Amino acid sequence: MQLVAHKNPDIVLLDLGLPDMDGLEVLTKLREWTQVPVIVLSARGQERDKVAALDGGADDYLTKPFSVGELMARVRVALRHTVKASEDEPFFESDGLQIDFASRTVTLNNDEVRLTQIEYKLLALLAHHSGKVVTQNQILREVWGAAYEDSSHTLRVHMGNLRQKLETGENPKRRIRTETGVGYRFI
Amino acid sequence: MNDPLAQMKDEQSRERRGRLKVYLGMAAGVGKTYGMLVEGQQQSARHTDVVIGYLEPHGRAETEALANGLEMLPPKILEHRNVSIKEFDLDAALARKPELILVDELAHSNPEGSRHSKRWQDIEELLHAQINVVTTVNIQHIESLRDVVAQITGVFVQETVPDAFFDLANEIELVDIPPEQLHQRLKEGKVYGQEKVDQALKGFFKRSNLLALRELALRHTAEQVDKDLRETRATLKKPEGWHAGERILVCVAPNRMALRVVRAAKRLAASLHAEMLAVTVESSRQRAVSPENREYQEQAMVLAEKLGAKAVNLAGDDIVAELIKFAQRENVNTIVMGKPIRQRWKEIAFGSVVDSTIRSSGDIDVMVITGAESQGTPIFRRPKPEKSSWYGWGEVAAAIVICTALGFLIYDSEHLSNIIMLYLVGVVAVALRNGLRESISTAVIAICIFDFCFVPPRYTFNITDGRYMLTFLVMLAVSGILSGLTLRLRESTRAVSSRERSTSALYELSKSLAESRKKEEMAKLTAQKASELLNCPAAVFVISTPSPQLIANSATGFELSANEMAVAQWVMDHGQPAGATTDTLSGAKALYVPLNGSNGTLGALALELPTEKTTDLSQRLLIESISTQLAGALERAQFAKEFNDAALHAESEQMRSNLLSAVSHDLRTPLASIEGSATSLLTHSELSLQSKELATTIQEQSQRMARLIQNLLDMTRVQGAIQLDLDWQSLEDLVTNAVERTAPLLDSPATIVKPEQQILVRVDGVLLEQVIVNLLENAARHAERTAHVKVQMFIHQKNAVITVSDNGPGFLPGQELKIFERFHRTGTSGFGLGLAICKAAIEAHGGKITATNLNPGAQFKIELPMEEAPE
Repeated sequence: MQLVAHKNPDIVLLDLGLPDMDGLEVLTKLREWTQVPVIVLSARGQERDKVAALDGGADDYLTKPFSVGELMARVRVALRHTVKASEDEPFFESDGLQIDFASRTVTLNNDEVRLTQIEYKLLALLAHHSGKVVTQNQILREVWGAAYEDSSHTLRVHMGNLRQKLETGENPKRRIRTETGVGYRFI
Repeated sequence: MNDPLAQMKDEQSRERRGRLKVYLGMAAGVGKTYGMLVEGQQQSARHTDVVIGYLEPHGRAETEALANGLEMLPPKILEHRNVSIKEFDLDAALARKPELILVDELAHSNPEGSRHSKRWQDIEELLHAQINVVTTVNIQHIESLRDVVAQITGVFVQETVPDAFFDLANEIELVDIPPEQLHQRLKEGKVYGQEKVDQALKGFFKRSNLLALRELALRHTAEQVDKDLRETRATLKKPEGWHAGERILVCVAPNRMALRVVRAAKRLAASLHAEMLAVTVESSRQRAVSPENREYQEQAMVLAEKLGAKAVNLAGDDIVAELIKFAQRENVNTIVMGKPIRQRWKEIAFGSVVDSTIRSSGDIDVMVITGAESQGTPIFRRPKPEKSSWYGWGEVAAAIVICTALGFLIYDSEHLSNIIMLYLVGVVAVALRNGLRESISTAVIAICIFDFCFVPPRYTFNITDGRYMLTFLVMLAVSGILSGLTLRLRESTRAVSSRERSTSALYELSKSLAESRKKEEMAKLTAQKASELLNCPAAVFVISTPSPQLIANSATGFELSANEMAVAQWVMDHGQPAGATTDTLSGAKALYVPLNGSNGTLGALALELPTEKTTDLSQRLLIESISTQLAGALERAQFAKEFNDAALHAESEQMRSNLLSAVSHDLRTPLASIEGSATSLLTHSELSLQSKELATTIQEQSQRMARLIQNLLDMTRVQGAIQLDLDWQSLEDLVTNAVERTAPLLDSPATIVKPEQQILVRVDGVLLEQVIVNLLENAARHAERTAHVKVQMFIHQKNAVITVSDNGPGFLPGQELKIFERFHRTGTSGFGLGLAICKAAIEAHGGKITATNLNPGAQFKIELPMEEAPE
């Protein structure tokens, strides 16, 4: 904690399974005074901890064991977001998929994709956090409202439909990744 | 049946039993068997598995035709007095275990040598084995109606069915035809052979008889329907709607009317839908109860229990006071008693229990049943001649001689009263040790000798002074009263001491049972105490497979044969007493009482009672309390053991998983660094080829080790009480992730055959994904990197199905189940945990995982039950 205060790093990697202190507690304390990007590290099977950490302010997570390449990619995404967070992009583009937030239109390889209200909201939310994981609770809260936090069935149905519309063709590119037990990530 | 608890119990016991349907008729020939067979045919047409258990051979063509097409159990042939009898084969029926069995003639008595003495007990066993039964019975065979039927027809029926059994029937169907039609059928020879018709028409089948029987049958059925309705209504009602219903108390006196009074009370109770209690009051004043009357009383109590009454033995000085006290405590509304059968003068002189009961009953109704002679001849199993004791008469003679000798010593013509006192002492001394007969005789002889030897004129029986007449009378009266008093005192001392003995023995038993912890010790203590109290060899059995185990034997030794063992087994299977002195398997040498705990039978108590084949009520109560105490103690011991085991298990389980997760975590963190470092090394281009190869090996092996650790962790998770983190998941998502995660292991990633529509299941997503990963890893390991692995998802019969198939060598035949065992490994790599985790995880979800050889290749199939989607 002191180290973070003194050195003022660009990013913090936090192991949730610290032997002497609860990782979540560290995160809560950090968030009291800094918005530095935090990536939590934990093992598979500790999905609840990950969700708690993400909901508690962490930016992303990595499951141990992970490769260096994976780690570097996550760090880059996290750093990019800190730069971009201030400016509100009116336009999003990723590998042939374009979203115009102003007119609320989505085109895929220049063909317009017809999305329902919910599907558009879902896609917009994930695109805003492109490369980062968005927890299931966060999605439910922001798309449906706080009262729907436990209707994961509905979420799965709509997500399935959205994917069908976006991931078309012979060998479709995966655009939305399911992080089992945690949430979704736009890649 | 107003008690909700009793009703619940009733319903529970009905639920576990098969269904019983009874075709009830007023007499033979109304078409009960016909009705039963029609029902059998109908059920059979509905594809129910119907078997005819037994059909009474009436030789009626129409009926026999109906039996065609139904499977019939071959009857058991018994040789009885050189005649072979065809009987219902209970064991064959139990072994065949059909859904529905038809058994004719519910009231039939089985010949000697059968397991049960009555057919209704056979049927009880069938119901117990969850076989549905349809049977037939005539109204005169119902226990509580026996007297009424006897009054109407003059025939006293020997074969009866207890009301309690009849009441448990789920359905009663009355087969009713008008008497005229029955007469017609008789005349046509449809019921009996022509030669018997005339006799039947004049006898049992008289029109008046049939009318009365028909009314009885109709009324009984109506009552039954009414009861069903009330019960249904009661179950619909909220519990606060309950109120104390009618309760009838029948007072069972030791006389020949006892049985009749009990039956009458049952009829009253049935028509009022009242609960019935039967009591006897043991009183020291009832000194002269003959063994015959005692037998009547005990039989009546047994009958009352059979009729569904609660039997209670009271003891006290004042019969009436005890009776009323008990009635008030139990909220009884009506007391039923028999009319006194003593001579009129006795009643005036000593009063009668009936009169005083009526006088002191307060707001309780008293019903008095008429005292017509009972027509039943109870079977006396204990003819006990009055013992005449020469010893007693010796004492009489000695007392007279001593008193007379002393009289001569103190003779003084003026004070004859001293001598009278002397004789009185003699009379009291005799009365203290002997019966009424001896003491009165002593008094009479004493008076004669006193008159002869001392009253002037001496040595004659003449009396000059008339006042001596009065002296004699007073002396006679005093000796009578004194002997009566001492007799009663002695009786009650004896009663008290015997009761005290058994009470203190029971107390001692319960104390030592409470102190002991081991089952064997408890059983041994109980066997010893029971043997002491009942003065017979005793033993305790406990349930164990394949045959019961004798764990304790009393000092006198209990002989054990295969036959006795089989009886013990039966008792433990059925939770009902059997053996000597009971109606079931009465050929056994010993009486077997089940030790029934709250969760079923724990064992049996065996008592080799002395040869007089009967047990009186107090003995039965004693046996019952011994067995109840032992059952309670055994159950407690079992609970304590289970609790300890569970606590120990939980503790060690907790320790193990704590250790494992700590170790795994500590291993995983350095592994992550090793792998990270190896990867970094590989990205440096200046490394030699050899070093690069080494770095690759480090990377691969550290990844492998990470997987092993993950497997170990997963195993600890699924082995303990798995806490599933259930949530709705899309199967396709999980499979896609799993395929992606295993892509590095295969040259070409597994192909996914997508379902036609999205399949959503409520599962622990992380765990299920791991299961699919494990299956894919398994395929990659056994079918090599080049294998083509295919994952398919579909819905089949409300189950979500996932199959993972490869084109590898498959597994060895016969290994389909083995491969899911822990630490079962076929190759050289791996712990053999992967598939064990899959199995445990899928089973925790209520699903199923199976493996089959495809030739070539292996296929794993997961089936998961699907839930309804929420709104």
